[in-house]
Amino acid sequence: MSAPIDLPKWADTVLVPAVSVVAAFFVAGMVVVGIGENPLTATRLLLEGSVGTGEGLGFTLFYTTNFIFTGLAVAVAYHAGLFNIGAEGQATLGGLGAALVLLNLSFLPGFLLIPVGILGAAAFGALWGAIPGYLQAKRGSHIVITTIMFNWLASVLIVYLLVNVLREPTNMNPETKAFPAQSQIPFMHEVFAAFGVEIAPSQLNLTFVLALAAAYAIWLLIYRSRLGYAIRTVGFNPTAAVYAGISPARITVIAMVLSGALAGGLAVNELMGYQHRLLLEFTSGYGFVGIAVALMGRAHPLGIILASLLFGILYQGGAELAFEQPAITRDMVVVIGGIIILFAGALEGLFRRLVARALMPAMRQARA
Amino acid sequence: MDLGFFVTVFDSSLRLSIPLLAACLAGLWSERSGVVDIGLEGKMLVAAFAAAAAAHAFGSAWIGLIAGIGASVAFALIHGFASISQRGNQIVSGVAINMLAAGLTAIVGNAWYAQGGRTPPLEGAARFGDVFLGHSAPVIFALLAVPVTWFVLGKTRFGLRLRAVGENPAAVDTAGISVTGLRYVAVMICGALCGLGGAYLSVGQSAGFLPNMTAGKGFIALAALIFAKWRAWPALGTCFLFGVLDAAAIRLQGISLPGIGEVPVQAIQALPYLLTVILLAGVIGKAIPPRAAGVPYVKER
Repeated sequence: MSAPIDLPKWADTVLVPAVSVVAAFFVAGMVVVGIGENPLTATRLLLEGSVGTGEGLGFTLFYTTNFIFTGLAVAVAYHAGLFNIGAEGQATLGGLGAALVLLNLSFLPGFLLIPVGILGAAAFGALWGAIPGYLQAKRGSHIVITTIMFNWLASVLIVYLLVNVLREPTNMNPETKAFPAQSQIPFMHEVFAAFGVEIAPSQLNLTFVLALAAAYAIWLLIYRSRLGYAIRTVGFNPTAAVYAGISPARITVIAMVLSGALAGGLAVNELMGYQHRLLLEFTSGYGFVGIAVALMGRAHPLGIILASLLFGILYQGGAELAFEQPAITRDMVVVIGGIIILFAGALEGLFRRLVARALMPAMRQARA
Repeated sequence: MDLGFFVTVFDSSLRLSIPLLAACLAGLWSERSGVVDIGLEGKMLVAAFAAAAAAHAFGSAWIGLIAGIGASVAFALIHGFASISQRGNQIVSGVAINMLAAGLTAIVGNAWYAQGGRTPPLEGAARFGDVFLGHSAPVIFALLAVPVTWFVLGKTRFGLRLRAVGENPAAVDTAGISVTGLRYVAVMICGALCGLGGAYLSVGQSAGFLPNMTAGKGFIALAALIFAKWRAWPALGTCFLFGVLDAAAIRLQGISLPGIGEVPVQAIQALPYLLTVILLAGVIGKAIPPRAAGVPYVKER
């Protein structure tokens, strides 16, 4: 049983994740049955709400953008053999970075302010990733524990700053004043309208394009660059990496900087693209679902985009579904995320074995 | 500041430290056997929900406690199956447990009671009453778990074997003792203790379940475990200290201290996390986990 299971590449990259996702949805369906609702009706409502209308599709892609960023953040660290569960905190700090830049440099024109704001988000996210990375690389602290602690530190810090420092004295809510108008990333329906094409208005904004570009850039970096090769080598075998002249400590810090910066993208989409102010709990669990996205997408940017789309559909469809069937709330997405993490992550070996057993006759035939 | 004030602060600190203590000892059992568990938070949460639901249905806090422990042990067994039998990644499994718990308690609570995820308020026999100096039965159980853990792990043959499994499983296996069996026992004890902590939250400390009512206590317990360097008595001390911090954060709200001024509540709340990061970085002492913690055991390699 301990012998490695050889599977054809297509089975390994497509079939095993697909089987575990199908199994996850089956279990989720059982939960729906368990609370006395019809899973087929629920699925129909979910799909209608998420991809059935132009507006729904817009919202779906808005959420997809969030998941692409957090999924990529988890994946980059994962390639270096690091388990970053701190995307939530890194995104929170990213929001702080964006807010500080946008509110203090409001004299800049939009074409300068938007990129600088994005850099602010990336830089603060990167910093919040870099410290646990550094502590792991140089001081031997376990990155999982440190990133958990940094999530809580981030949430405590943001509450303090919003309540005591950044809040407008006239505003009762713990949030900053609105970002300057020229710093707001244009909505997709505005962009299309400028070209005379009318699409349904939604929260979807140009950050979606940035997310796709980030996914392509990460693909180039991980699979086509010297640094990416070093990252994957460290992830695969840190001892071998040392013999190849790669410093695992350096790669650990670099991977966590990249990871944190990508998590900052969540803040760009949510705050610069939609909320236009810094407020509490805007990360609302995207960082944790990002783990499910990365595991399901096999830490490959294309897989992550597809997995993000699936979670975007669940998230938007789930909101619509909650109107029709109030018993099924958006928490269903968290449940499905948890089951997918369990199946595609912790129980991966079990699913590989099941797939191998199913494929055995065909594989034997192919060999003969 | 008279004696009465200190007694009140001591009592509220003790109350706030009990869920931490139960979860911290739970983590101690699991990690000492070599199974890393970041799912303490999730297990406490399902236990809190199951305990409140059962206490409401049967009108008995004790049935609530049993249901809470049962639910928590069931989740512990999922973690055990993934990380012991399937040799999966223990961190990944722990994350999954936390997410499952957060989502399921919210959905089921909403579907059953339609009160935004809350259970109906508990009263009378459905809550734990005071049995000893104003403290309820779960408080006593959690405190008793400290000497029991210390004795069983440190002074019995079973405890020696369990610790050995966390340090060098191959040696235990060579001696003809089942690594899998010992780790499953440890994981189930971990589930039971998380169940105690969770049930105390919803049926002892409060009168019912609120969505996400553990609010990070499982992670503070994890921090306390590292602080206590995986030992029972230091765990009691650390959890009580974190309880004092918690009680102080509540009491110091809006109060100006002489010489320091007003201390922001968030600064006190951040202390356990900050101290853990500093400790792990090896600046003040060193925290070394059990050697085989997080490593799945593969026979014959």
